[in-house]
Amino acid sequence: MNKTILKTKKLSAYFGKEKVLKDIDLSFPEKKVTAIMGPSGCGKTTLIRCINRMHELIPGATITGNVYLHDENISALNPILVRRKIGMVFQRPNPFPTMSIYDNVIAGYKLNGLRLPKDEMNTIVEDSLKKSAMWDEVKDTLHRKGSFLSGGQQQRLCIARALAMKPEVILLDEPTSALDPKATSKIEELIVELKDTVTILIVTHNTAQAARVSDFTAFMYVGELIEFGNTSKMFTVPDNKMTEEYLTGKFG
Amino acid sequence: MTGNKSTQKQDAFAVKEKIFRGILYSAAIIVLFLVLGFLITLTIHSQLSIKEYGFGFVFGKVWKPTKNELGALPFIVGTFYTSFFALLLSIPFSLSIAIFLGEYFKEGAISTFLKSSVELLAGMPSIIYGFWGIFMLVPIVQKIQIALGIAPYGVGIFTSSIILTIMILPYSASIGREVIQLVPDDLKEAAYSLGATRFEVIRKVIIPYARSGIFAGIILSLGRALGETMAVMMLIGNLNKIPKGIFSPANTMASLIANDFAETTEELYLSAIIEIGLILFLITMIINLIGRMIIKKTSVT
Repeated sequence: MNKTILKTKKLSAYFGKEKVLKDIDLSFPEKKVTAIMGPSGCGKTTLIRCINRMHELIPGATITGNVYLHDENISALNPILVRRKIGMVFQRPNPFPTMSIYDNVIAGYKLNGLRLPKDEMNTIVEDSLKKSAMWDEVKDTLHRKGSFLSGGQQQRLCIARALAMKPEVILLDEPTSALDPKATSKIEELIVELKDTVTILIVTHNTAQAARVSDFTAFMYVGELIEFGNTSKMFTVPDNKMTEEYLTGKFG
Repeated sequence: MTGNKSTQKQDAFAVKEKIFRGILYSAAIIVLFLVLGFLITLTIHSQLSIKEYGFGFVFGKVWKPTKNELGALPFIVGTFYTSFFALLLSIPFSLSIAIFLGEYFKEGAISTFLKSSVELLAGMPSIIYGFWGIFMLVPIVQKIQIALGIAPYGVGIFTSSIILTIMILPYSASIGREVIQLVPDDLKEAAYSLGATRFEVIRKVIIPYARSGIFAGIILSLGRALGETMAVMMLIGNLNKIPKGIFSPANTMASLIANDFAETTEELYLSAIIEIGLILFLITMIINLIGRMIIKKTSVT
């Protein structure tokens, strides 16, 4: 059995009075890729935004229930520390346009006012860019602004930015939905490589993508967890009728 | 037949298009001519003074119309002194208001109330600022001056700068608010997801992204401060000498023109006043050009 790194217990999320996430119990295995799959509006993005406490930034948004990172309740922790331990990559690539490529990678430290020696920063930037398969493409233009990068490169820069904080978990919120197929497959390759060092949760509405990159899959529908299990098993013999219908394209 | 009709229709459209374009072009050209016209008129009418005093006019420290000794330096210094002091005082306030309205309270009752107050400040006639200055500000400044052991004029650079600060505040505040509101949520979220606090997001993401717009607002307020006439005329003390200090009475270019224009009978005196107008025009233009350059350089996109 795999070691669990992250756990949700009866996790519910609300926007005002509307309940968008209903009593989710999930355990995410360490250093694996878990896909959270489901049609639009099923609460999958909300789920991962509860995990790094981004959900509560929206006015009127609340949660009940708990999220545990290594058996530590994250609502008892400072949200800033939670977000440093659990990185995030968004749907649309969002590197900071006012910063150079180098500064983008090290942004987590700069934003938090953490001062590091120059060579330590250099090492972090190089390592993070190597991990996100960007180093060779940008090593000569590190101090230029990243506006000339393609969408796929920008997204990999955002992945490097998240990795630079040395997080234990990375949340990917439909990271390829704004990218072309070529850039998408590059990011997918990257995800598979990265799971040796970090636990990955990827939100996707693309079943094929879930099948390609994940070890485990959670299928959600209108705020509820329908099924969770081994990806290869779920895609061949799903337990739930709804999962089967979704996977075969009957709805979604 | 039908083909003919449709070409006729197309011709009609083409004519309309031409008329419309003509209107736009002529409006644009008129603006250009107006600016040129101002420059030419001012230059022609200040010829007399330019010939008499030459370039030294700009550095002349004495303004004695009775002795035909005319120099613009006291007013240039007075204008810059009041404007930049006002700008310095207004930036922290306007930036705070801009962040408050652009990031913390984007909507709701407080925001609407504050936004309309700011707009009201911008729309208030300057004579009212002047009045308020005379009846409220001058006595307070006099008390400060007495406490400091300075001659209690009440009027002067300091008082004018305070009034100018309030007058220019709405321009930089509302432009600042607009550009801060335009900062994409994407970027703020990215910063939050890296563990930044709200203050860090404002300081390191929002302000850098919005800086060229914020700067544009500041330049606009500076332009307003340089040219403000009525309120300053009422509070500056109209002393035609280079100011000795922050509390000293002085005069600005705009205020001098308004004050002395009606009194002149002599041609050279009149011409000198117009030359001061020309200098004010050129200074405003140069500051705008420099501002534009900086905006272009700091702009994100």
